[in-house]
Amino acid sequence: MLRLEKRPIPSRFWLYGTPVVAVILTMIFGGLLFALMGVNPFAVIKTIFWDPLFGEFAFYLRGQLLVKAGPLILIAIGLSLGFRAGIWNIGAEGQYIMGAIVGAAVGLAVFPTENRLIYPVMVLAGALGGWAWAMIPAILKTRFNTNEILVSLMLVYVAQTILAKASTGFLKNPEGMGFPGSRNFSSFPAAANPELIAGSGLHWGGVAAFVVAVAAWVLLSRHIIGFQIRLSGQAPRAARFAGVAPQRLVVLCMGLSGALAGLAGLFEVTGPAGQISIDFNVGYGFTAIIVAFLGRLNPLGIVLAGILMALTYVGGEMASTNLGLPSAAIQVFQGMLLFFLLALDLFTNYRLRFGLREIA
Amino acid sequence: MDLGGINLVTLVASLMVAAVPIMLAAIGELVVEKSGVLNLGVEGMMVMGAICGFIAAVNTGSPVLGFVGGALGGAALATIFALLTLGFLANQVATGLALTLFGLGLSSLLGQGYNGIKPPPTTALFGPLGEIPVIGPILLGHDWMVYVSILVVALVWWVLKFTRTGLIIRAVGESHDAAHALGYKVARIRFLCILFGGAMAGLGGAYVSLVRVPQWVDGITAGAGWIALAIVVFASWKPWRVLLGAYLFGGISVLQLRLQAAGSAIPVEYLSMAPYLITILVLVIMSSGRGRSALNAPAALGQNFHASR
Repeated sequence: MLRLEKRPIPSRFWLYGTPVVAVILTMIFGGLLFALMGVNPFAVIKTIFWDPLFGEFAFYLRGQLLVKAGPLILIAIGLSLGFRAGIWNIGAEGQYIMGAIVGAAVGLAVFPTENRLIYPVMVLAGALGGWAWAMIPAILKTRFNTNEILVSLMLVYVAQTILAKASTGFLKNPEGMGFPGSRNFSSFPAAANPELIAGSGLHWGGVAAFVVAVAAWVLLSRHIIGFQIRLSGQAPRAARFAGVAPQRLVVLCMGLSGALAGLAGLFEVTGPAGQISIDFNVGYGFTAIIVAFLGRLNPLGIVLAGILMALTYVGGEMASTNLGLPSAAIQVFQGMLLFFLLALDLFTNYRLRFGLREIA
Repeated sequence: MDLGGINLVTLVASLMVAAVPIMLAAIGELVVEKSGVLNLGVEGMMVMGAICGFIAAVNTGSPVLGFVGGALGGAALATIFALLTLGFLANQVATGLALTLFGLGLSSLLGQGYNGIKPPPTTALFGPLGEIPVIGPILLGHDWMVYVSILVVALVWWVLKFTRTGLIIRAVGESHDAAHALGYKVARIRFLCILFGGAMAGLGGAYVSLVRVPQWVDGITAGAGWIALAIVVFASWKPWRVLLGAYLFGGISVLQLRLQAAGSAIPVEYLSMAPYLITILVLVIMSSGRGRSALNAPAALGQNFHASR
């Protein structure tokens, strides 16, 4: 008979070992899935995990890795603060879209003025857009006790319709010959977000991601707010006795994660995407949830997890062009990773024991 | 009976059809939540039901087998959730989200090559009786799934309220420790409830791809699963209110489509936001009544159970 026994203290080995084992298990089961689909699993795994880093086109793909990891890390760090405190902001995708729209609208409003201040103002507007969109579920939760998971998710669908309206209506390129989509920021230098070092893939979004990761680490480990966040997640009642105001924490965590998602949206739309279009986003807001968990809700872990997840995007695209693997397979792969991670978490808090259990 | 170019009889008739997917998914989730489990993966189970049902119906030519396939698809995905939350004691919120992400990906993978195909039609149950004016279209003109969905609501209400099985489910949802002490198999009961919830969500999803939209596109359920979750809150965990809520939301989504067709002055995009915005509004109203609905929620909702003794 197998039985579970609660560990007196969580196992440090499993805390850090879980992501590694989860990745390995995902490779095995993902490989089985690819084999079932008639694609050589070893070729796929190599294409996804090896080629972008060390393969023939690595010089280009490594840059792509940073492009994809930037927004994921940025959003996931914001989400992780809330998740730690038991505040479930699931609508980062909507906040990401709204940040992009508000930021882009500010830039497009002054087109074609050239001024050094334009881009910083756009960045602020992007963060503000995401923050404002996250404030809706936050305020509804604090004022009316409304479930933040459902509200933030509903707002994703609302944001998507606003995005459709923006790209076909109020932000449409007047010189676009009727095609949907805004002006391209690459032809508007004051508002563009180009690569900082040619060929590196590093733009302001990537820089912001690393700065935010460091800031979040300092916040969590050295600041009273970080302590309050951790405490409310682990022991909500104790937190209340310790003088933590749960309402304030909700507003703070939701606001921070919204602002970071908005930032990610703005950097994406002015940089890699180039313009507001109906599908400029690639679901970073949802994938960031996986990144946050994979990174153990820890800033450093999230940076690593973001790069790993970017690897599955970049490698996955390669696998779909070179090996004919459907792009949806990568989404399945990412979902599987999260499943294994959640399952293996058991071993952090419990230990498996063999033997009969006596009936008390 | 026309109001601003919208015929009331056809409006009622079509809102009954529009309500079926969310009603089925919501009544399934209600049972799951009554047993103390919060499964946020409804959207994923629905979309899996949509593709599995579609594949089964297209390949067999039988809509009935299609719905069976949809229910099986939803239940299969729900099994993963049950395994993770009951077996591996994983966080229910995170696992539910993972289930949705996984379901959206897997359905899109399975659906490769099924785009642009028409599924076999699901026929009206009472045939020509549906031609009777007013009563016909509203009461008799529907396909059989409309009646099945109402029956399921009635059945769930009856089981939860009047049977021993219902009492056990509610006991497990209110206090798993007490239920365990009485000798009930908490994990087994919850497992069956999760399976039922998955099958119902899958059935609802199959209705979307076989009747409501009749085709397959990626992410076809478009948030219906999340609305179903909101309806459970709206219904304060009471079965008949699920029916009411589903008809309300069916009405809103049909009305906005009709308004679009009738050339309303409000732009199309803003009309299509309406169901989501009204869901938020309803959640606010339901939650703000000094925790009235929160009092009605099963006490052990969202908590994992581990028999330590």
